Amino acid sequence: MIETERLTKRYGNLLAVDNLSFSVSQGQVLGFLGPNGAGKSTTMKMLSGFLTPTEGVARICGFDIEKEPVKAKREIGYLPEGAPTYGEMTPTAFLDFIADIRDLRGAQKRRRLDEVISRLHLEPVLLQSIDTLSKGYKRRVGLAQAIIHDPRVLILDEPTDGLDPNQKHEVRSLISEMAADKIIIISTHILEEVHAVCDRAIIIAHGRILADETPAGLEARSPRHNAVTLRLGDTEAAEAGSALESLPGVVSVETHADGGMTVLPADGAELLPAVGRLALERGWDVQELQVESGQLDEVFRQITSADVGQEART
Amino acid sequence: MRNIGIIFRRELAAYFATPVAYVFIVIFLVLAGAFTFYLGNFYERGQADLDPFFGFHPWLYLFLVPAISMRLWAEERKSGSIELLMTLPVTQGQAVVGKFLAAWTFCAIALGLTFPIWITVNYLGQPDNGVILAAYVGSLLMAGAFLAIGACISATTRNQVIAFILTVVICFGFLLSGFPLVLDLFQGWAPLWFTDAIAQLSFMTHFSTLSRGVLDLRAVVYFGLVIGFWLTANAIVLDLRKAD
Ligand SMILES: Nc1ncnc2c1ncn2[C@@H]1O[C@H](COP(=O)(O)OP(=O)(O)O)[C@@H](O)[C@H]1O
Ligand SMILES: [Mg+2]
Repeated sequence: MIETERLTKRYGNLLAVDNLSFSVSQGQVLGFLGPNGAGKSTTMKMLSGFLTPTEGVARICGFDIEKEPVKAKREIGYLPEGAPTYGEMTPTAFLDFIADIRDLRGAQKRRRLDEVISRLHLEPVLLQSIDTLSKGYKRRVGLAQAIIHDPRVLILDEPTDGLDPNQKHEVRSLISEMAADKIIIISTHILEEVHAVCDRAIIIAHGRILADETPAGLEARSPRHNAVTLRLGDTEAAEAGSALESLPGVVSVETHADGGMTVLPADGAELLPAVGRLALERGWDVQELQVESGQLDEVFRQITSADVGQEART
Repeated sequence: MRNIGIIFRRELAAYFATPVAYVFIVIFLVLAGAFTFYLGNFYERGQADLDPFFGFHPWLYLFLVPAISMRLWAEERKSGSIELLMTLPVTQGQAVVGKFLAAWTFCAIALGLTFPIWITVNYLGQPDNGVILAAYVGSLLMAGAFLAIGACISATTRNQVIAFILTVVICFGFLLSGFPLVLDLFQGWAPLWFTDAIAQLSFMTHFSTLSRGVLDLRAVVYFGLVIGFWLTANAIVLDLRKAD
């Protein structure tokens, strides 16, 4: 369980995190979403005990991060933004150091080291100094460091930043695999990532929570949620368009360059049955029919741009 | 204790992971030798002791020790690894002490490698080896005091050059505070106890006691207190300015 109460951080007179209260329970993967400078990293630095909050408290598995820092930190695996490590060390020496500090010993230490090394495919670079590794490997060394002690809480600041698509996929499946018995918080500004791994998303901008929902719930806020896209064979497009537009619950019909059409609903109403019936009645040659779930990036833009600037609150 | 040991080992290995350590040791040995034999007239004096050797240590340390200490924390800030270190389950005190002990051990290794000079003097005559041992202890303690100052200064910045310069300046103050140059400023108008107190703060005063062969407990305690004071300040600085 992670709980925060009115967590606040000021840098001089810049309010970076403003009264954040939320709690995350075991088994949840929480995605922190927000534009650059939203306060995601600052929040994570406070949760991990690196930064002292200006106000408010954070508790990790019941330990106040300010009052019992060492106990709280034992429960956490943390990947800071940019995955800093000791560049002059080799991954072997570095992970060995982390394992020692995490109080892993003997056979258990050996086993955990082997496990994270193979899980993150670090074998080819084990004896090369971290400074000379590619960005992808550096990030994976950082991840290995964070999970080596199998912590109850994982805080990952932009874990897939700088990885290629295959590596991103790997890291996401790693996160999903570990999710069941952990609390995982990841920050990202990649929306597909939220869709892929999170079961809850908090959108923050200017240090404040603007939305706290499941990814599906967020998608439902999209004007495209439940929209129906269809493509007709030899039917007259203009005629079909006006017929669709006159259906109840339809706001408008968009025509695409490839001859497809998207029927947009009012208030996310379900359109598929009505569209299907109409097509059957008119005997249209339907080649493609698809219900849209809504686009996260649209919702994201809609939510974050509605938020007024920070000037008023600094 | 275990955590201090783990941090200590990582730090010490880090010194030897780059050529910097070897370059440093070579420079230290060359300078120590040059000072002793050329400036200190080691042979011409015709005495079997190491006074000329130890006499130059404060000045050698003034520039070489800040070169070791400047990277201690400034580099961690610069590379961001401080965020990693400070979120591991270690206390600030453990990190400060572990790093300091590693740097100090490195100094001890450099100092230990001056042993040929000790062999030379034993070969040439019959020196009082007790005096020499006391002087080595004193030299190491003084290096520790310089290092503790440097560690604290290094924690205040991410710029190693600034850390170096500030450390040299402060160490210079501690060295000179027993010299007429500084004491004359106070003599005549300041109360005697004040002038004495300033003189008592000097590294020189205490080091020369030790290098004369007197393992004076007060001098040992003095360096211990200086080290303790600056390391405490180091931990406080870290607590106040973890991020930057
Ligand atoms: N050390 C710092 N000093 C001053 N301002 C900072 C510092 N770190 C971050 N900020 C500011 O705080 C705000 C939030 O930053 P951050 O938490 O890094 O955002 P995010 O991770 O969401 O991109 C930004 O406006 C940033 O410029
Ligand atoms: Mg960030």
